[in-house]
Amino acid sequence: MHELSIAMGIVEAAMDEARQRNVQVSAVHLRLGALSGVVKDALLFSYEVACQDTPLEGSRLLIEEIPVMVFCPQCKEKRVLESVQLFSCPECASPTGEVLQGKELEVYALEVEE
Amino acid sequence: MSEPRLIEVRRNVLKQNDVIARALRDQFHAAGVFVVSLVSSPGSGKTTFLEKTLTQLQPRYRVAALVGDLATENDAVRLARSKAPVKQITTGTLCHLEAAMVQNALQDWDLHQLDFLFIENVGNLVCPSSYDLGENLRLVLMSVTEGEDKPQKYPTIFNSADVAVITKNELSGAVEFDWDAARKSIESVRPGMRIFRLSAKTGEGMSEYLDFLSRQLAEQRAVVHS
Ligand SMILES: [Zn+2]
Repeated sequence: MHELSIAMGIVEAAMDEARQRNVQVSAVHLRLGALSGVVKDALLFSYEVACQDTPLEGSRLLIEEIPVMVFCPQCKEKRVLESVQLFSCPECASPTGEVLQGKELEVYALEVEE
Repeated sequence: MSEPRLIEVRRNVLKQNDVIARALRDQFHAAGVFVVSLVSSPGSGKTTFLEKTLTQLQPRYRVAALVGDLATENDAVRLARSKAPVKQITTGTLCHLEAAMVQNALQDWDLHQLDFLFIENVGNLVCPSSYDLGENLRLVLMSVTEGEDKPQKYPTIFNSADVAVITKNELSGAVEFDWDAARKSIESVRPGMRIFRLSAKTGEGMSEYLDFLSRQLAEQRAVVHS
């Protein structure tokens, strides 16, 4: 399980941003792609552990799950996959591996108090 | 008390790893070394596979390997039998390699003296998928004894890899391995993925895979010199 080291990375990034702005973080908004290789529940649990004894202790982690978006060469359109187990166009069933979105692991925003 | 305010920061959590990985990739390119990483679950036969790869490439190429081992393992000792330079990266309890570990391990190696560098990741099909190591090619290994549906169970790692290698083919009859089902499973998570089916033990299928690596190296060098 690598969610703890990922969670520590999130806390570190958030602390760094907060320090620069001299603010207190109450929540971290994270964009988590379906292909990021990170499990949401494990990450939520690890986040609490990673926050202990840091200025972020007691803050919340809000996760926005990002589905995989591919480009369908047949339809010539962007398509959202229903599952990471099936890389084919949901409309025309053409196989496609051209991933446009879904690998995100990004601290998107911070909820802060001055 | 003041209202909470939302500030946008947009910060990639793995940025530090990605920056180092990019630097490594540039370094590999400049040195003309082709870097292959291996991911698999424990029991896929990756150490035997890598040992045979090193041994069989050596008459023609200068090869070396970095091996990520948990504290309890020692694949590096086995690989040293190939006589190729092998260095162990002990990850302790960490279930994957990160770019910084590769960078540290390579500090006293002259990459210009190499044609191929192999990086054996820790045996794990989940965690390594998130970490770019700067490799040119990522191989995902699965043995015929692990079942045809492995890709469906671990879609992310298969999707992050470039080539699938199905190992222990000498056992495929005994376990009634369904080749079409395996191919279908791989295709559904990574359309168009290159697949090799081989036996490191008997040598069957090895030359096709080794020729593929040779071509990859030649292509990379053609790009460098053009
Ligand atoms: Zn389509």
